[in-house]
Amino acid sequence: MLEFVNFYLIPGLVLGAIYALSATGLSLIYGVMRFAHFAHGDLMALGAYVALAASTGLGISVWASIPFAAAATVPAALVADALFYARLRRSLPAVLLISSFGVALMLRALIYLLFGPTPVTFPLPIVPPLVFEGIRLQPRHIWIILGAGVCALMLHVILSRTRAGRAMRAMSDDPDLARISGVATAAVIRLTWVIAAVLVAVAGVFLGLDTQLQPVMGFNVLLASFASAILGGIGRPWGAAFGGVILGLAEECSTFPLRDGAPLLEPTYKSAVAFVVLIVTLLVRPQGLFRGMI
Amino acid sequence: MEQALLYAATLGTLACIYAVLTLGLNLQWGLTGLMNFGGLGFVAVGAYTAALLTAQPSATHVGGFGVPWWLAWPAAGLAAALLAFPVGAIALRLRADYLAIATIGIAEIVRLVARNEDWLTGGPLGVTAIPRPFESLGTPMGQVAFLLLVGAVLAALFAAAQAATNSPFGRALRAVRDDEEAAKAAGKNPARLRLHAFLLGAAFMGLGGAMMTAFFKFIGPDALEPVTVTFLVWVMLIAGGSGNNWGAVAGAFAVWAVWAATDWLAAQLPGEAATRAAYVRLFLIGLALQVILLARPKGLIGERVGSPQR
Repeated sequence: MLEFVNFYLIPGLVLGAIYALSATGLSLIYGVMRFAHFAHGDLMALGAYVALAASTGLGISVWASIPFAAAATVPAALVADALFYARLRRSLPAVLLISSFGVALMLRALIYLLFGPTPVTFPLPIVPPLVFEGIRLQPRHIWIILGAGVCALMLHVILSRTRAGRAMRAMSDDPDLARISGVATAAVIRLTWVIAAVLVAVAGVFLGLDTQLQPVMGFNVLLASFASAILGGIGRPWGAAFGGVILGLAEECSTFPLRDGAPLLEPTYKSAVAFVVLIVTLLVRPQGLFRGMI
Repeated sequence: MEQALLYAATLGTLACIYAVLTLGLNLQWGLTGLMNFGGLGFVAVGAYTAALLTAQPSATHVGGFGVPWWLAWPAAGLAAALLAFPVGAIALRLRADYLAIATIGIAEIVRLVARNEDWLTGGPLGVTAIPRPFESLGTPMGQVAFLLLVGAVLAALFAAAQAATNSPFGRALRAVRDDEEAAKAAGKNPARLRLHAFLLGAAFMGLGGAMMTAFFKFIGPDALEPVTVTFLVWVMLIAGGSGNNWGAVAGAFAVWAVWAATDWLAAQLPGEAATRAAYVRLFLIGLALQVILLARPKGLIGERVGSPQR
């Protein structure tokens, strides 16, 4: 039981928090702009690498470097939107998807050029885990889960308590109705990018802390992020967050040795769990758990 | 002279193989509006199928069976279509972007299987000593003969793609792409038409993969790169003009020429700079995609609407 909590439940929650942060942004972008943003993973990697540069360059803690990560991903998202996506807004969603794919390649190339291909880790002091009744908690894992919780709380306040957040939800529900009701769609789109880019920067730093940094780190979790968003119901930020946690837990628990010491799924196939979840969702409940758009 | 002929045959062979991949993507995206970002998965399955069938028996992987290429290559196309079938049947009923996401998953799973199932694929060691048709003719005549063979396959597939495009089947595909409701009202079954186009495109990619392994005489989990096999093929199709088979082939040849030329230029640079040049090229593929989408969304040779395409 303790083994399950220490090696499956807690890592699952940490991974789930990271997926949730990434998937929430994807879901918001999908809701407001109606396209699958394929550059999200590479935006995440950009955030992680800038945080690394800031924390080593300025000698600050990794946690304090998160604002620097966001200060890179937010302009990157806004520039990509202004240069490319905004001009294609009237085309088919598929064209925007292809364009975001091009942006993904450009971001990845920049990361390779600036930081090189070799995987690196955040300079984190080694601290002993906290132990409660046999449950071992790594401090960084506690911070990741708390950090994701704080992000969720802030997003909730923005979406439900502010005028801008309400405008965002209105546009997600019915863009034409929102426009004729006087919603400033351009401003809402900018706000969506800012929120999604901040969330994905945090996700990138957390992913780097949980594992390591490499230029394809974000692309590697893109499938899982989409699967989380679709599982939760695309266009529904809360659904995406919930879907992320479920998927994170499913991925980590998939290797649990249930059958006489042999893992349910060989650990090397862990990243296939996201695909299975995606396919099962599409088969059984394509609108997702929380009735997103189909 | 001999060296130049060998180099030209190499470039020509790869250009023809990329044209086959681009034709496959054109059947899916250009004609039917299906986004496939997992091209690598279908190419790899075709590649491994052909490799295992044609190679001589080995203890490090299943087979090989020493089957002649003219049996193994169609089998490779069939294997890629078989891979496309279940996912297509599920994801094609839904919105276009869900297929794009699902295809990334297919590519990932194929990569995992290729890397981890040693008994089947040889794992990281891959499959070696894959025979290439006409290699008994020696260098460079063997390579030239192989180029002619690949060129003939391209010509045959092009004719098939043209026939499909201009047939009632092709018209129905375009109708489904442009107005699904109207196509339904005319008694067409969009889900089935999409599935057929998806399978056909995947078969082209599998066949392309088979020719690639025969050319390189090797396949391993890292032998095929997503940068070229998936992304570059998209640029080729968008640049050439999606929806038009002539555009697909022209785009493949033109983009391949630029790609090969920049590869040659980069190779002239000293060590560290050559690595960086590879990243600059990756950036430029992304940028090229944007520029074409914005400035020339129909590509070099766009789709002709109304009259049959010649």
